[in-house]
Amino acid sequence: MSRYSRTPIWSWRAALAFGGLATALLAAGHAPASTTRDVGINGFKYAPPVLTVPTGTTVRWTNHDEESHTVTSATGAFTSAGLSNEETFAETFTRPGRYQYFCALHPHMRATVVVK
Amino acid sequence: MDRIDRRGFLDCMAWVGTGLVWVATGGVLSSRLITEASASDAAAGSFNFVQISDTHIGFKGEANKDAAATLQQVVDRVNALRPAPAFVLHTGDQTHGQKAGAFDTVAEILKGVKTERIFYVPGEHDVFLDGGKEYLARYGKGTVEGRGWQSFDYKGTHFLGLVNVLKYKGEGMGSLGDEQIGWLEQNVAPLSSSTPVVVFAHVPLWAVYPQWGWTTEDAEHALASLRRFGSVTVLNGHIHQVLRKVEGNVSFHTAMSTAFPQPAPGSAPAPGPMKIPEAEARRLLGVTEVAYVPGTQPLTVVDSTLG
Repeated sequence: MSRYSRTPIWSWRAALAFGGLATALLAAGHAPASTTRDVGINGFKYAPPVLTVPTGTTVRWTNHDEESHTVTSATGAFTSAGLSNEETFAETFTRPGRYQYFCALHPHMRATVVVK
Repeated sequence: MDRIDRRGFLDCMAWVGTGLVWVATGGVLSSRLITEASASDAAAGSFNFVQISDTHIGFKGEANKDAAATLQQVVDRVNALRPAPAFVLHTGDQTHGQKAGAFDTVAEILKGVKTERIFYVPGEHDVFLDGGKEYLARYGKGTVEGRGWQSFDYKGTHFLGLVNVLKYKGEGMGSLGDEQIGWLEQNVAPLSSSTPVVVFAHVPLWAVYPQWGWTTEDAEHALASLRRFGSVTVLNGHIHQVLRKVEGNVSFHTAMSTAFPQPAPGSAPAPGPMKIPEAEARRLLGVTEVAYVPGTQPLTVVDSTLG
């Protein structure tokens, strides 16, 4: 009998190799599970003022001020409603870029999300 | 606040539930808190009107748990004035963040004001969500092209209501825009310089504190066409406190909010709603009298606190 008919040994090695290769391929091409990053609004400031995140991240803003604020994109790409105290707004960034935003009620409040 | 019952709450809020009475007598305009105005103001030929501002219906926070109640207090005090005010000016932020139902609530409460007319100009809270669509649908009628600015005359005094919150982006300050300024120039051109002029708008038309957006970036262009007048009074809101300034014949005055105060410029990290311990409330109650005469005479400002 040829060695190739000894199916069990060849098979589990091949399966192991194939499995390992498959896993490696999957690991390389698959992005980490989608994450959420937080931005706090405190004392009329966004913190952090510059947030750098990987593509696919959801950014969640929470307003901790008594006064209402918004999260409004400078280009109109997204905008929240008026956020009362402890209300949140979330936006998922699917494209890389620099996203400047401000508060529509207090436009001197400005910050950026950098998506890489 | 230690007392949490409604009466204690309303006592504590007494200092915010305030409007201003303006009395015009023989070309001299003076103002005082509604609590101080009296029937003796009804001198022959005079008229009085009231300014209320920043009612922020829809706001609920430590600084005021019931903005509708404090507004109702103001309405009650206005209705107690003798003679009744000829009209009322609302200098904006009637709603807080255009909260659902807030415009309706304000309209309901102000229906109870015993006066012939109420004139409105918007604050940024009234227009920021939709660029003014909801506000102008309600209050655009009768204004220039339905865009919110307006003028009217009353017993020889010329009133100008301006909108400086519709372009409230960019540098973060109030802004009038070229079209409105152009309209204003044409509007006042035929008036004689002895006509008393009153301008009302939400954001201060002078640089109270630009770092907090408490200024109007192009106000100077508008004021340029008003400086020839012998008496100009500018009434603003937005900053939730009384501040005054005089520049020649132009006197600027900002009003208290009927909902909550904000800190004095630069005295806090940010211009948010401010809680005040009851014990300090009376320090913020004050009598404000602004007297000015047409022509080149200087203006006299006298104010004193009640406690």
